[in-house]
Order: sequence, then structure tokens, then C-alpha cells
Amino acid sequence: MKIAPFWIVSILLFAAGTYFAATVENQYYFFAGYTILQATIMATAWNILGGFTGYVNFGSAGFFGLGAYTSVALYTAFEPPLIVMIVAAAVVCGLLGLGTGYLTLRLKGVYFAIATLALAIVLETLMINWDYVGGSTGAYIITPERVLFFPTYIGYLFVLMLALTIAAVAIARYLNSSRVGRGLAAIRDDETAAECAGVPTLKLKLLSTTVMGALMGVAGAPLPFFVTFVEPVSAFNLLVAVNAIAMPMIGGTASWIGPVVGALLLGSVQEWAKVTISSEWNILIVGVVLVGFITLAPRGIVGLVQSLRQKARAHGPAAA
Amino acid sequence: MDQPLLEARNVVKRFGGFVALNDVSLRLMPGERLGLIGPNGSGKTTMINCVSGALFNDGGNILFKGEDITGMPAYRRARMGIARSFQIPKPFRSMTVLENLHIPLEFAAMHRTDYVQEEFEGIEILDAMGLKHKAHANSAMLNQVEMRKLELARALASKPDLLVSDEAMAGLSTSEVDEILDILFKLNERGVAIIMIEHVMRAVMRFSQHIVVLDAGQKIAEGNPDEILGNPLVEKAYLGE
Repeated sequence: MKIAPFWIVSILLFAAGTYFAATVENQYYFFAGYTILQATIMATAWNILGGFTGYVNFGSAGFFGLGAYTSVALYTAFEPPLIVMIVAAAVVCGLLGLGTGYLTLRLKGVYFAIATLALAIVLETLMINWDYVGGSTGAYIITPERVLFFPTYIGYLFVLMLALTIAAVAIARYLNSSRVGRGLAAIRDDETAAECAGVPTLKLKLLSTTVMGALMGVAGAPLPFFVTFVEPVSAFNLLVAVNAIAMPMIGGTASWIGPVVGALLLGSVQEWAKVTISSEWNILIVGVVLVGFITLAPRGIVGLVQSLRQKARAHGPAAA
Repeated sequence: MDQPLLEARNVVKRFGGFVALNDVSLRLMPGERLGLIGPNGSGKTTMINCVSGALFNDGGNILFKGEDITGMPAYRRARMGIARSFQIPKPFRSMTVLENLHIPLEFAAMHRTDYVQEEFEGIEILDAMGLKHKAHANSAMLNQVEMRKLELARALASKPDLLVSDEAMAGLSTSEVDEILDILFKLNERGVAIIMIEHVMRAVMRFSQHIVVLDAGQKIAEGNPDEILGNPLVEKAYLGE
């Protein structure tokens, strides 16, 4: 049986991450790594709807925050294992995504984007007024000292996030290269023409929004355990939504690898800036890099590499 | 008597208070060539939007192969065998010409598994359209005639029994019009029934066996091309009194 390079790389990365977390004591690496992985899931999820299907979601923070608050609610109720909270967040946010999918029947383009932004604000307001999960004062989570063989809890969270990221990217990769992915691309290019070519546009859009919502919920679910204190303003932070858009744009929206490249790159730069310059600078960096890419390389890094390769191929035979 | 391929019975379509189609009926036999003409804004495109499922009619019924398809979503009509081309070409811009054909081959013609077969059929259709040399070109880079041909090729790739050609010739030169006409005649020889919406009168009159004339959302005349040319109502609709 032939194993795709994707899976070999994934398994190696996961093994390396686990080994790293089991042996290294310095917690900073895992805080930084977790943040970057969380951004990778968000960017990958955003791109399923934004890049593959062509609907821009400005409300990523809504799905992310709802995922986090699903965990808080369950934790407050009966403290189930973390994995149960992640699955629950996937279901809750997947359903919200499904609802968003029905919006696409009436709202397109800018109007859809505004509706998703409003959705995030509505959810934030709901959480502010829901005392059971702490309301505006927030909720504390007590995390265990350590789990399994990991010397630190954050090391465990990092490995968990690594597994979730690999799963999210695998889903996006499957969607990108399958019949479904070709249908989504047809919807992005022209919805009416796609429908007339036999593409069940509503079904595929609902699939796309549901998967996007579920993955964003998954990205948000472990947040309370990562920060140990959650309140609505930080859980529904607009920066989460901005990053989820900026990272695929920088990496390239046409393929599954683009958001991964963008998130790893921009996420790392942000972490670096946070430590070396100031914690506010990373916001400016996102803005500047995004404007730069949109004007100079609208197809992102992946598109840039592709066109360079094409040029090399065109010039290759002549040079030889 | 044979069952008609398509039958529209008393179709009504309103946009708010504006009646775009008022009680329009038409019949089409398998393999027939029908011309649908009328002045601008007479409801031709609305009519075929109701047939293809891009719009839903407010009154009346549409039957295809004897089945009532009123209210059926467009993608299922495409799978049943209704294909259309668009007045303003709508290629899938991120795809090559051949990839454009894969969408209907894969989704409407239901070749789920056999990619090799699809590749072959796609190329075959492009060959018939005279677009084979552009198979791997980016579809957004085509010129106008090529875009029109791609529209027809993509419609054909869904293996339809009925093709609706919405002004495939508007703005083309005489020789280009003849090229498109040849393609449509060739398709018709293979048994595909065709509804042609067109302002290029020379083309409609040469092509159609039967013509339906719409004016302000109503059917004002129908018959063979000679009857239509001699009909004073048609002349009045186009030229005024």
C-alpha cells in the first residue's frame, strides 16, 4: 500500500511534537506553539468557506468563542474530560455553521460578510449576559497539574492541539482534492452556472459552512484550559477573526496548504514580535503584511511559488 | 401520439407587481428545434430561467419527460437532462477549459468514478466544438467566440436531452454566427432538442422548425418560420405601428 507523503509528514510531526513535549521543560515553547497551531486550525477552517467556496466569513471569532464557551458551560456543569468538550464544541459550532449556511440563500458577498460579523457580536453579548458561564466577569478553570507522561500540562495541550491541527488540515485537504472540492470551486467561480451544471449548490454550501463552524469550535474548545481564565471580550476577540482571514490570504486561498503556510509564517512572526518588541506590535504586523500581499501577490505565497515555477519551466528548455 | 419532451402549461412569473410572464404555454417534442423570439424585455430569458430552474414560476406547471418539475431545484433538472448556456458567458474562471467540462460531466452526467472516461469525453466534446487546442488554457483568457463555444460545450457535457441556448450569437460576426449554427445543427442531429433564444433573425429563421413569439410576457404568435414572418402581430411587436 502506498502512503501519501502528507501522512508520513504528519506522523513524523506528531511524533516529534510528542517527544518534544515529553522532554522539554521550558513552557514558553508550548505556549507559542499552541497559539500558532490554534491559528492554523482557524485559518484552515476559514479557508474551507472563504477560499474553496468563495463566501467571506468575518465572524470567525463568534465560532471560536462559542467553542470556548461550550467548554466553559460543560466544565461548570459536570467537568467532563476535555475530549468530550471538544466534540461538543464541534457539534454546537457545526450546527451554528449549518444555520449560517442557510443565510447564503439570501445573502451574498459583502452582505454575507456583515451578517457573520453581526453573528459574532450577538454571541458575545449573549455570553456577557449569561451568568452561568461567568457573565462579563468571566470564568476560572482549574487545570490538572499534569496529564499522562507529560511533565507540564501545557505540553499536553500542545500535543492535543497538534493532533487536532493535523486532523483539520487532513479534512481540508480531502475537501480540496475530492469531487466535493471541485463542486465548491464551481460555486466560488459562478454559483448559477454551477447549479445548472448539476452541482447541488445548497447542499455543498451547507457542508462547507458546517465543517468550517465545527473546526472553529474545535479550535476554541481547549482555550479555557490554555488561558485558565475566560471572559467574553477576549474569547470573542476580533483579532482571531482578522488572523483567520489574513493567514489564508497571505498563504494562498486556492489550496489547503495556503492557510497552513500563512498561519505558520504569520503566527511565528507574531509570536516573535510579541516577545521581542511588544505585544501590541503583532497587530500592526498583520495589517502591514496583509496589505503588502494583497497588492503585490494576491494569490498568496502558494500562488507566488506556482508562477515562479511556471516561469522556470517556460525558460528552462531555452536555457538548456 | 408521442409524449412531448418539455411542456410548459400556463406559466406565470411575477417580480413584485410586474408580470414578466402571463400564461405562457409551449410544447417541445424530442429532437425538435424551437425558436423563442420577442423584443427586449418580452420575457424570453425569464421563460427559460423557469424551465432551467434558475427561477421558479408563480403559476402554471412545467413538465419534462412527463414529470412535473415545477419547484424542482436547477441541479436536479440538469441531472434529468436540461442544459443551458448563458447569455453572458459564465465560465468557471479558476479552471482550464477542460476542467470546466468536468463539472457537468461529474455532477450532471453522473460519471462518479471513471476519471479516464471523463477526460476522453471532455476532449471529444471540445473537438466537436473546435476548442480542442484550448483544452488546457485558462478559461478566463478565452475570446468572445471561444467563451460562447465553451458555454455550449459545458452545456453539452451534462449530456442533455434539451439544450437551451440563450443568445449564443449576440454580437458575433456573420461567419462566427454560422460556426455556432453548425455546432447547434450537429448537436440536434444527435437527438438533442434545442430551444434557441436569439435576436439574430437570419439564424433563428434558418434554424427553427417552430417559433414562439413573446411580447410583454405574453405569447402573441407561434408557427413555422414562414408563418411568423408573415404575421402582422409580430411585425407590430418589433416595429411598432
